[in-house]
Amino acid sequence: MTRGAGFRALTILALALALVFLTLPLVAVFTDTGPGRLLDSLSEPAAREALWLSLRTSVAALAIIIVVGTPAAYLLATRDFRGRSLAITLIELPLVVPPAVAGIALLAALGPNGILGGAIEDAGIELVFQTAGVVVALTFVAAPFYLRQAIAAFEALDPSWLEASRTLGAGPARTFLTVAVPSARPGLVSGTALAWGRALGEFGATLMFAGSFPGITQTAPLAIFARFGTDFTAALALSAVLIAVAGAILLSVKLFSGSRALEGRGL
Amino acid sequence: MRERIGRTLLALLVLAILAALAGCGGGDDTTGASGGGELVVSAASSLEDTFTTYAKSFPDDQIKQSFAGSDTLAAQIRNGAHPDVFAAADTEYPQQLYREGLVEKPRIFAGNRLTIAVPAGSEISSIDDLARPGTKIVIGAKSVPVGSYTLEVLGRLPAAQRQAIVDNVVSEEPEVAAVVGKLIQGAADAGFVYVTDVKSAAGELKTIPIPASLQPDVAYGVAIVKDAPNPSLAKKFVAGLFAPGAGAAALRGAGFLPPP
Repeated sequence: MTRGAGFRALTILALALALVFLTLPLVAVFTDTGPGRLLDSLSEPAAREALWLSLRTSVAALAIIIVVGTPAAYLLATRDFRGRSLAITLIELPLVVPPAVAGIALLAALGPNGILGGAIEDAGIELVFQTAGVVVALTFVAAPFYLRQAIAAFEALDPSWLEASRTLGAGPARTFLTVAVPSARPGLVSGTALAWGRALGEFGATLMFAGSFPGITQTAPLAIFARFGTDFTAALALSAVLIAVAGAILLSVKLFSGSRALEGRGL
Repeated sequence: MRERIGRTLLALLVLAILAALAGCGGGDDTTGASGGGELVVSAASSLEDTFTTYAKSFPDDQIKQSFAGSDTLAAQIRNGAHPDVFAAADTEYPQQLYREGLVEKPRIFAGNRLTIAVPAGSEISSIDDLARPGTKIVIGAKSVPVGSYTLEVLGRLPAAQRQAIVDNVVSEEPEVAAVVGKLIQGAADAGFVYVTDVKSAAGELKTIPIPASLQPDVAYGVAIVKDAPNPSLAKKFVAGLFAPGAGAAALRGAGFLPPP
């Protein structure tokens, strides 16, 4: 009995430590800023421009990730084939690659001197120093977050449902769209939220691959860094806004799909 | 079974706390007890190669250096970072910190010049070529010294030429090393950097000199941080930046000018 109580106290202590450590820095951003300064910073056109760019590029990246990632994850989750676990590992690799490495890697692959650089140039596409390059960087770093969740969500579906749908005459495409995707929705939504958060916070890969230019490639995190040296309060204020936006995304996702959304498989 | 998990958790938690405490303790030991101790230097990005060479004249691992844009380093010190020495690519940031009472009186220890750097195979051959439409130019952000020096150079050009060059700027990088990186990668066509950067990028970049009439006064300031953890070693490190010290030799070797 006492032993059990001791363990309970220990878990409470651990939770308290985790909560304080994880929330204190975020709270400090707000207490250091003050609501007046926060509103001031929002009225600064350059800050709004950076936030707007961040929203636009992250939504564009999410659209690509969802459209390509959902069927890809479905295949990986529902079919067993040679090289499947290798494919999953490769997809997850960008999760553990440092952002700066991601930036260098993107330059080496898609930059003007990269292995696909010539082909991209011939196609008339410009990525480096362009908003499109930011979208590429965000897609690269954020996609694995969505894919992982989507694979788990599809894997958790009862195969007999999909089977039933097919025996009832629905083709595989229809089964995917009308049975698999709606049933896996909580997992897909939580993957979207994670990927969106990662995309909004992206810094290193964007700076290295796309550069930093206000209105074109300077997303909110880059704008925060640009202000860090000269105007710390402005950097704090912009950080506060970014925390608020990210928090709003997390909250709306939770409300949208119920509390199960962020529990992955819905366990 | 449950008990075992509980015990494992307990062990992990204890280990984590022990590790954290050991980490703090270790830090205190190195700064306090040991004789020579170590020195933490915050230095401008453009000093990286030179200061790395200079640090070799000290015993192994005695000099810990952190390189970034001078503005970033100044902001870190302003927010409580406590290195022993702050070496910036201008005199403005050390002066600001001096006025705020955060560092001792700064001294100018080196000069430098700005240059246009282009990838080795580039066809760009003069500052006039930078005004051609479609030329991708990277510069430092205006908060970092190399960026404000670049704006000085551009400010001395005729208005039309200045505007044409400014219109070609595709990225404002947070430190000079990032400008150099974009050029070496071939991502950009030209950039404004220090002469010393092209020297240390051995062969990958070529330089297009900026006429003397356009050159800004590039002066590097160094200051010992107030209440530096290791003041005697800090003094020794700073003194070595002036002739005939090993730091001064490294600076001259890398192409930095002597202080005026």
